[in-house]
Amino acid sequence: MEKPNLSYIESMSGGDKAFEQKLIDIIQKEFPEEKQIYFDNISAENYKEAAENVHKLKHKISILGLVKSYELAATYENNLIDMNLKGKEDFESTLQLMTIFLKTL
Amino acid sequence: MNCIIIDDEATARAIISQLCSNVPSLNVLEEFPNAIQAIKYLNQNEVDLIFLDIHMPDFTGFDFIETLKNPPKIILTTSDSNFAIQAFEYDCIVDYLVKPITLERFQKAIQKAESMPNKGNSNSITSAEKVETTSGNDLYVNIDRRLIKIDIPSIYLVEAKGDYIHVKTEDKNYTVHSTLKKIEEKLPDSLFLKVHRSFIINIDKIIDIEDNSVLIKKDVIPVSRSNRPELMKRLNLL
Repeated sequence: MEKPNLSYIESMSGGDKAFEQKLIDIIQKEFPEEKQIYFDNISAENYKEAAENVHKLKHKISILGLVKSYELAATYENNLIDMNLKGKEDFESTLQLMTIFLKTL
Repeated sequence: MNCIIIDDEATARAIISQLCSNVPSLNVLEEFPNAIQAIKYLNQNEVDLIFLDIHMPDFTGFDFIETLKNPPKIILTTSDSNFAIQAFEYDCIVDYLVKPITLERFQKAIQKAESMPNKGNSNSITSAEKVETTSGNDLYVNIDRRLIKIDIPSIYLVEAKGDYIHVKTEDKNYTVHSTLKKIEEKLPDSLFLKVHRSFIINIDKIIDIEDNSVLIKKDVIPVSRSNRPELMKRLNLL
């Protein structure tokens, strides 16, 4: 199973550690908020809104280097638009993986 | 080139800003979390280049471009490559960057922007001015990429139909890609009431009420049991 990593952030920073930390701080703040909105919409069966949330979370999945999970999230986003929950389990496992990883930073 | 960044995601704004800092010819003037704030800024300021996210709630990147009479150069940024074809419809769009944006791809987009002649400036906004000067009595709806002004008190009924809402006014009816929830937030509580999960009515336009329905113009609208007490409370009953 692929693991979250900081390869993309490091490639962006050009060694600028202050920027790396700034970006991590922003993700650590923004990710739990976006995740919560996603779960709220899933609970309320607002699947189109949940698809919007997945769309936004997808970017953070890619920033943390989760290539395969990004593809799965993209498929899940389209499924949600069609009111189909296929891919929910994999997507939420990815969110959990990211949550744990972000706490280690 | 003086530029601004429009993206509802703070992470994306930080990344684009960092990418810009690597290019000496770019000067980031401002960052905006939504298009409306950017429109207000562009009413007062001129920019050469806009980094624009397509996928934003309420007002998409394409909606934003439609408000600009003479748009500056625009580089679209998105997590979704499905909009690429639509992007080619706009002359102002220089390039289309799919997130996560790499440094190499970003630099290529900047080279394209620098080699493209200036076509206009962003101070010449028409529709955007209307958005900013919207008074409490107006509502702008996006129909076929045009922002159409509707006089709020003239609305007598809003009906939800799937992914669309029908807005009925004294003069004209409009079909808008939106939700009842969204328009409910924009309409004044003093005048409008949701009487059913699919209907919002203008209380001033009621002709009569019978059991669980109201007559508005020629439309008979169902009133759900849970909304009936609020409706009765709002009436000036003798």
